[in-house]
Amino acid sequence: MGMAAAECQFHVLAVDDSLVDRKLIERLLQKSSCQVTTVDSGYKALEFLGLRQGTESNDPTALSPSPQVRKMNLIITDYCMPGMTGYDLLKKLKESPAFKNIPVVIMSSENVPARISRCLEEGAEEFFLKPVRLADLNKLKPHMMKTKLKNQKLEEIITPSNDENGTVAAVEPEIKDSVEMEIIKMLPIQSETEPKRVLLQVVQQEEQMLSNNKRKSMEEGLSTDRPRPRLEGIATAV
Amino acid sequence: MDAHVAQLQMQYRNYILSLYQQGFLDDQFTELKSLQDDGSPDFVAEVLSLFFDDCVKLVGNMARALDQTGTVDFSQVGANVHQLKGSSSSVGAKRVKGLCINFKELCEAKNYEGCVRCLQQVDIEYKTLKAKLQDMFNLEKQIVQAGGIVPQVDIN
Repeated sequence: MGMAAAECQFHVLAVDDSLVDRKLIERLLQKSSCQVTTVDSGYKALEFLGLRQGTESNDPTALSPSPQVRKMNLIITDYCMPGMTGYDLLKKLKESPAFKNIPVVIMSSENVPARISRCLEEGAEEFFLKPVRLADLNKLKPHMMKTKLKNQKLEEIITPSNDENGTVAAVEPEIKDSVEMEIIKMLPIQSETEPKRVLLQVVQQEEQMLSNNKRKSMEEGLSTDRPRPRLEGIATAV
Repeated sequence: MDAHVAQLQMQYRNYILSLYQQGFLDDQFTELKSLQDDGSPDFVAEVLSLFFDDCVKLVGNMARALDQTGTVDFSQVGANVHQLKGSSSSVGAKRVKGLCINFKELCEAKNYEGCVRCLQQVDIEYKTLKAKLQDMFNLEKQIVQAGGIVPQVDIN
């Protein structure tokens, strides 16, 4: 895909049947330093993610489908679309073991409280009213970073074992909490600078140091036998 | 500074301000402008072009839906209005969006006469906006050709 490997690049899939809105969301996401893929329907979204080709199975390797999927940090979709609505798409994603952990954001031009709560209950991270603004997208960085870190930590856990999806899923909450706790511990130290930007720097460094046999060593130019660093270790280097 | 450039810039500023004051544009248009940069220097023009293409298509659909001898499918008309309302909202086309809100209600009320009248208004309105924005882009071109920079207009 030609991505600059060491940069903190988020890949977002944007789904909207309106060409005008696709153009807009694409620009907004690019402006937020994200790599964007746009599609015009829920069906195309599932196709892009590889869901419709029946790549799903209970095989542990299902957690590592095509390379494109691994890099998806967020899916942002319009609610009102012909055929498959954004809500339908959300449901399908949350029902899928491979994709349920990718954060999903719903956009809508209509402010219908029942609709909003239904989407959030189904697992959407955020619900944005259109027209979406740059300020709205800034709220998404934490969600995307969480997934990126989680994916990398999951890789390391899966590598030694041949456990079923269920076992891995049980481990998930533990990782999530410890990562979040460590990140929260970080913030007070860096209070004179803008917290979000610092968080991003910390995550970037953490990502650069996390590596395993699955990641191409060329991508990072780092040795793969470096031990997993502790966040406190990074703090002093910042 | 070149007096000609300064004059063009003032003309441009006043023109933009008038578009906002007369309700043609709202702050979403301001947002669009803020998304344009050296990396995407034609973003606003590109989005607007897509919007006006949308207008042609949707107005055409609605005209056909309303032209049925026999029962008119108001939900079909309404679906097109919904789309037009969405894209006009996304580009800051305030008057077009306002008309769409009325239009939606007329569809729900299955008010045939009202719908036909509203569609005519929508048609006039988007074409008027298109002409106004074309004038705006022409002014921008003139400023650049005269060696100046297109000013950022603060509408507050």
